[in-house]
Amino acid sequence: MNSTEPGDGRVGGTVDLGPPRPTLTEAITIKLRTPAKLRNLELLLLVFAIGITGAAVVLVQLGAIGEIDTTVLIYGAGLGMLALGMHVVLRITAPDADPFILPIVVTLNGLGVAMIYRLDLAEGLEGWESAGIRQMVWTAIAMAIALAVLLVVRNHRVLARYRYVAMLVGIGLLLLPMLPGIGQTINGARLWIQLGPFSFQPGEIGKIALAVFFAGYLVTARESLSMVGRSFLGMRFPRGKDLGPILIVWLAAMAVLVFQRDLGTSLLYFGLFLVMIYVATSRLSWVLLGLGLFVSGALIASQTLSYVNARFAAWLGAFDPENYDAIGGSYQLVQGLFGLANGGLIGTGLGQGRPNIVPLAESDFIIASLGEELGLVGLFAILGLYLLFVARGFRIGFNGTDDFGRLLAVGLAFVIALQVFVVIGGVTRVIPLTGLTTPFLAAGGSSLVANWIIAALLLRLSDTVRHQPRLVVTDDE
Amino acid sequence: MNKELRRISIASLAMFVALFVSTSVIQVFEVDELRADPRNVRTLYESYSAERGPILLNGTPIAQSVAVDTPFAFLRQYPEPAVYAPVTGYFTLNQGNTGVEGAYNDFLTGTANEQFLDQLGALVTGQRPRGAAVQLTIDPVVQQAAYDALGNLKGAIVAIEPSTGRILAMVSTPSFDPNRLAAHDTESVLAAYDELLADPNDPLVNRTISGDLYFPGSTFKVLVAAAAFDSGRFTPEDAFPNPARLALPLSTDTITNSNGGTCGSEATVTIATALRLSCNVPFAELGVALGEDTLAEYTEAFGFGTTFEVPMEATPSSFPTGLDDAQLMLSSFGQYDVRVTPLQVALISAAIANGGNLMQPTLLDRIIAPDLSIVEQPEATLSSQPISRITAETMTQLMVDGVANGAASNARIEGVAVAGKTGTAENGDDAPYTLWFTGFAPADNPQVAIAVVVEDGGGRGQSGSGNQIAAPIAKRVLEAVLSR
Repeated sequence: MNSTEPGDGRVGGTVDLGPPRPTLTEAITIKLRTPAKLRNLELLLLVFAIGITGAAVVLVQLGAIGEIDTTVLIYGAGLGMLALGMHVVLRITAPDADPFILPIVVTLNGLGVAMIYRLDLAEGLEGWESAGIRQMVWTAIAMAIALAVLLVVRNHRVLARYRYVAMLVGIGLLLLPMLPGIGQTINGARLWIQLGPFSFQPGEIGKIALAVFFAGYLVTARESLSMVGRSFLGMRFPRGKDLGPILIVWLAAMAVLVFQRDLGTSLLYFGLFLVMIYVATSRLSWVLLGLGLFVSGALIASQTLSYVNARFAAWLGAFDPENYDAIGGSYQLVQGLFGLANGGLIGTGLGQGRPNIVPLAESDFIIASLGEELGLVGLFAILGLYLLFVARGFRIGFNGTDDFGRLLAVGLAFVIALQVFVVIGGVTRVIPLTGLTTPFLAAGGSSLVANWIIAALLLRLSDTVRHQPRLVVTDDE
Repeated sequence: MNKELRRISIASLAMFVALFVSTSVIQVFEVDELRADPRNVRTLYESYSAERGPILLNGTPIAQSVAVDTPFAFLRQYPEPAVYAPVTGYFTLNQGNTGVEGAYNDFLTGTANEQFLDQLGALVTGQRPRGAAVQLTIDPVVQQAAYDALGNLKGAIVAIEPSTGRILAMVSTPSFDPNRLAAHDTESVLAAYDELLADPNDPLVNRTISGDLYFPGSTFKVLVAAAAFDSGRFTPEDAFPNPARLALPLSTDTITNSNGGTCGSEATVTIATALRLSCNVPFAELGVALGEDTLAEYTEAFGFGTTFEVPMEATPSSFPTGLDDAQLMLSSFGQYDVRVTPLQVALISAAIANGGNLMQPTLLDRIIAPDLSIVEQPEATLSSQPISRITAETMTQLMVDGVANGAASNARIEGVAVAGKTGTAENGDDAPYTLWFTGFAPADNPQVAIAVVVEDGGGRGQSGSGNQIAAPIAKRVLEAVLSR
């Protein structure tokens, strides 16, 4: 593109040189116009997402009780309005934000609510007893908090400043359930705290704090972590005194594994840390070192901790009667598989299956519930939505200009990917079953709040990325 | 940093690919295996959640599903449990299904291949699939009459329409209450099941088509006589020596007639007389004269060795092979090792009544889809032609004579020509007799062929006879058919 080229060809029309190419200044105008387009696309997708959720709730009612209950639809409409409100806030405060993130999250959250509500109907739960109603309230709370995050965090770089606060908060939240008095053990795992009528899983929020800390810490420490060290087997291994952070995180993960009895959370935190340190330092040796540490820790745990051992046995021999009949054995896993098989390719239809046979069908096993009623087709759609969400997060990592933002985006996106893999992989026997929640879908307030915050942070980060002047120069983006 | 990011992206994509693969494997490739797992209660619930079709007689249900508020959604009910239990069988949560419930399970649940289009339609319209109704050939009046006639006796009755093979009555006593086994409370079902299984009277056995089978006794003489005439080697007037005792070859045992004396007062006795008076000695002589091969050929033509599916599989009746003369003599009047079902005995009479044509016996009238379209309606089919029309007419005359002037006198019905033959089979030295009647009526236009068997000598040990006990029972059933 060059404005010094002869322009009479266009005007005269005798020589066809193809459509006019924008000049440099024109290119800038186009870039500046995109936000409206992005937001309009988001609005379109959002309306579609709300429509899908509404249709799902109606189908659930028709399938399970054979009539339409308008109260629940009104609540749902309220949530839809809240989502649209969020869209309006985005138009004002983050006009360049990624247009896919909000509709994806709304769709997943809506499908989750519909399925949880459907399970309530099967169990005959109403009012506050109903996990679906509670989930709707939590959704409202989570969306409000996400809105607050969007409004308060106008520049994500501020977060880097609070990295050590984030570390303390993260580790504090992680360890909070171990405090006597408020800590609570549910299904063998000590991951909850009880405050009055509310139980909360602080570790869910902790993962965000830790992602902020890792990003902030690694950006400053990457030089020493990546440049110095001894070479061994063609790889440069870190110095002993640089091993501190990885050992601390490893110990924290092992503490979760041993004291909170939760393999999934432990794996999640450690995986998050490894990926971020790898991206920050470009050193595969860190990953190998970390994996070695974790695998050996997990192996020792599987030998010495009976619950880890049982999880492995239930995974490998799910259909063996001794595992199936054992307390804490593979009963739930196998029933989930039966549910998935019952759904088959196209599913039984919402409200037509029997997902309530599986224990914890509304939380840990919601993916089996959805797989039963929506079939493989539905699961592929859900997995596709997650994949797109994660890809949008990575995209920020690719396009970002400041390394803190890039690292944070990658960390947050990866934590969703890893969590999806650990949960659904556990339900479908790719890996041993652990107690993580399916992001946005599963019943549980802490998980919803945490994941909505992640979505808000990614929205904020994506907006910043597009604001960068760099975009203007890359004419062939 | 971008290189690392790319790798992380690829790793994340790989994790998702693993999930795409694992869900596909479970929901597509392992579906059949997972559904077949006995621990999969969904399969069980599924079979209940579709409204199971009823079993009907002329539109009136003898088994039906009613909506209940348990996870199984529908409870199977039997309004006349004991009368029809041998026909309907039972339908249980975990002990399998028998009778028509078992044999037509696919149709009743709506999963038969013939109903595929209906299932597809239900999928599109979102309606719950419903099973088809199975209408049977049983005549409720005849069935009730047969059940009442047997009363407290242990035994069985089969009544067949000779021209079509349609089974009009199928009674087996003592019977049971399938409602107890249809309950949704597994423990009470198991208790009832164990109790029925432990009952020495075997109420769960449908004696008409299964169980230990019976010696046919003298009813078998009908088949032997028919074989003798149809083979062209004998006529009813051919005569045999008439001793009171016949020594069994290579044995000290002898054969006697049931009256202890000779068969009539003559020195020789015709086959016609021997059949009418049901004498053993002449039939022993006739059997040896015919030979094992001829008898084997005719028993097979009459249905021995065939597994009739009515639709429940009937145990094949059997005629022994490799017989020496003594064994052949005993076999010729239905002892030694001839084993039959009441269905088979009724089929012998039915074939004679139908001019020598044995029709495929069946309980199925039609299968009706929920939209009232007919899924299946079998036509009467010929099973075999054991004897010629001439032989059949000859046998009819002889059997009418047997009732009118002979040993089957208690089956006489005023104004109707009844063809019949009694039997009193021995089961060992001190064991009570098995009492039989088989026949058909009216002889000139047969509407029903029947076999009645009463176990344990009808409570009279070795003093009862087929004519005393079984013939009057048969008479009541025949009357029920004729007065329709």
